[in-house]
Amino acid sequence: MTLWRRLYGANPLHLLAVLGCLALSAYVVSLLWEDPSWVALLIWFVGAVIGHDLVLYPLYALADQPLVFARWARRRYGRERPVLVPAVNHVRAPVLGSAVLGLIYLPTITRHGEDAFRFTAGLGMEGIFQNWLLITAVLFLGSAVIYAARCGFAAREQKRSV
Amino acid sequence: MTTEDATEQGVADEPTPGRPGGVRTAVEPEYGFPAPLFRAAARIPVPPPFHPRTWRSPLRGTWLTSVFGALLLVGLPIVILTGLMSYIAYGPQFGQAIPGDVGGLHLPFFDWPTNPSWFYRLTQGLHVVGGMVLTPIVLAKLWSVVPKLFAWPPVTSVAQLLERISLLALVGGILFEFVTGLMNSQYDYSWGFGFYTAHYYGAWVFIAGFVSHVVIKLPTMVRALRSGPHGTGAFARWLHDSPAETEPEPMDAHGLAPLDPNRPTLSRRGLLGLVGGGSVLVGVFSIGQTWDALRPLALLSPRGQSYGDGPNDFQINRTLSGSGIDPVALGDGWRLRLTGGSSEVSLSRADLAAMPQHTAVLPIACVEGWSTTRTWSGVRLRDLAALAGVPDPDNAFVQSVETSGAFARATLQSNQVLDEDSLLALRVGDDDGGPMADLSPDHGYPARVIVPALPGVHNTKWVASIDFRRQA
Repeated sequence: MTLWRRLYGANPLHLLAVLGCLALSAYVVSLLWEDPSWVALLIWFVGAVIGHDLVLYPLYALADQPLVFARWARRRYGRERPVLVPAVNHVRAPVLGSAVLGLIYLPTITRHGEDAFRFTAGLGMEGIFQNWLLITAVLFLGSAVIYAARCGFAAREQKRSV
Repeated sequence: MTTEDATEQGVADEPTPGRPGGVRTAVEPEYGFPAPLFRAAARIPVPPPFHPRTWRSPLRGTWLTSVFGALLLVGLPIVILTGLMSYIAYGPQFGQAIPGDVGGLHLPFFDWPTNPSWFYRLTQGLHVVGGMVLTPIVLAKLWSVVPKLFAWPPVTSVAQLLERISLLALVGGILFEFVTGLMNSQYDYSWGFGFYTAHYYGAWVFIAGFVSHVVIKLPTMVRALRSGPHGTGAFARWLHDSPAETEPEPMDAHGLAPLDPNRPTLSRRGLLGLVGGGSVLVGVFSIGQTWDALRPLALLSPRGQSYGDGPNDFQINRTLSGSGIDPVALGDGWRLRLTGGSSEVSLSRADLAAMPQHTAVLPIACVEGWSTTRTWSGVRLRDLAALAGVPDPDNAFVQSVETSGAFARATLQSNQVLDEDSLLALRVGDDDGGPMADLSPDHGYPARVIVPALPGVHNTKWVASIDFRRQA
C-alpha cells in the first residue's frame, strides 16, 4: 500500500474514480464521433473553460484590486482617525449583484436572442436592458442608504462612548 | 513552494511577518514517482500566477471550498436529475426525445405520469431556475479553487495528472452546461450545433467529472466541515468571526489557503452572505417566469412579458406566422380526422363544440423553464378515442396542420390519452375563473391538445388528425 502510494500518489479508489470518469467521457465522445458538429462542440467546451479561467476570473479579480488598494492606501496615508464603517463591501455587493444578473441574462439584455424570440413568440426584448439598469440603480442606492445608516449609528455610538 | 525553498531563496520570498496568520509556510504536497523530479521542478522560481504568493485572499482555504462544495452537492444532483427526467418526459420510447439514440446514457425508461398535473412544471422549473440560482455558487466555488489551476509544479504524481484531466470534464462540463442552458432559455442559438444533443451529452461529461470528483473529495469536505480553526471541531466557529477577527485558514496539503494573505476586508459569513445574496437575487428575478403570481418580478426574462389579450394572454412558443400554416386551412373548411378504428371520423369545429365539454385547470410548462396555469375547456381525448372506435389505445399520434417544425406532431402515451383532464381544447381562460374565450390563432385555434404534466411542445396546436393506435 505504501509502495502503491509512493508510486501512484493516491489510494486505489482514486484511480478507480478517475478511470471511471475518463471512460464515461470517452463513451460520450465515441457517441459524438460521427456528429458533424463536433468541432463546434469542442470549441465551445474548451472555450467555456478558457473564457472563465483566463478571461472572466482575471477580470473580476483585477476589478477587486482597486478597492483593496484604496483601503490600504487610506490606512497608510489617510487621517489618523480609523474609518467608522468600511465602505468596500458596500461597493462590492451591488457590483456583484448587478454583474451576476447581467451575466446570466446577457443574451436578453443585449437582445442577442431577439430575432429567434420574435419568430418563436412574436415579442421583442426591448426594455429589458432598462430593467437591468433600474435594478442596478436600486442595488447601488440601497447599498448607499444602508451605508449611510451604518455611518450614522457608528457616529452616535462614538459620541456616546466619549 | 516548499520549506527548503524558503530557506534557499532567502528572505525575499518569505511571507511577511506582521501580516495576518504570521509567518506561514507551504506544506509540501505528496509527490508520487518520480519524487526527485517533482521536487526539482518545485525549486524552479516561477512568476505569477504560478508563484504561490499570487493568491492573497485571506478567505480561501479547504473549509471555504468545502462549504461551497456542500451547497453544490445538494443543488447540482437536483438539477442533473430533473434534466435527465425531462428527456424521459419527451417520450423516448416513441423516438421523439432528442437526441434520439443515446446508447446507455439515460434514466430507466418509464411512462411519464399525468399526475400531479404540475409535475413537469416542477421538474423543469427546478432544472432551469435551479441552474440559474446555483450560478453564483458555481462561480464562487471556482473562485475558491483558482490557485489549484496555476499550482506549481503543475503535476505532482500520476494520480494528480489523471485527476487534472478528469477536472477538465468537471469544470468544462459545468461551464458548458450552464452557458448552453442559459443561452437556450433566452433564444440565443449562436453555437453552430443543436442544443438538445449538445446539452444532453455535455451533461454526461459533467456527470462523469462530478461523480468522480465527489468520490475523491467527499472525505476532505466532511473533514473540513467538521473542524473549525485550530481543531476546535466546530463548523460555525469560522462563521462567527467579524472581518477584524477573521484569520486565514491554516496551511494544509490541499494548497488552497494563502501563503501570504492580505488583511481581510470581508468576513467568511460576509462572503457567504454575498454569494447567497447573489443566488437569492437571481432567484427573485427568475422565479416569476414559472410562478404566475410573481410574474411581475420576471423583469429580466423574455418570458416575463405580457401579450395583453385577455384569456389568451399567456406565453407563445410558436406563432401562427412562424408555423407557416396558410390561415385558410384553419377556417370553416378545417376538419379534425380521427383514425385507428374501422372507419375514419371527420369532425368540424361545430361538431366538437357540440360534444360534451370538460373544463380543467392545467399548467403548461416549457422545457425552457417558464410555465403558466390556465383554465382549458374542450373535448376529452378519451371521448375522441371512443368515437374513433379505439376506447383503449396504447398510444395516439397527433399531427398538426403545420408540417415543417420539429414539434408539428407528437405521440402520446396511453395514460396521457385516457387521463380525465387530457383535452382537445377549444377555449381557454385565466387560472382563477375569469371569462373564457376561443383559443387565439397563435394558441392553436381551432383546437389544440392539452395534457397534464406533458412538456409544452408536445401539446400540439392546430391539430389536423389523431391516430389512436393499438400495438398489434
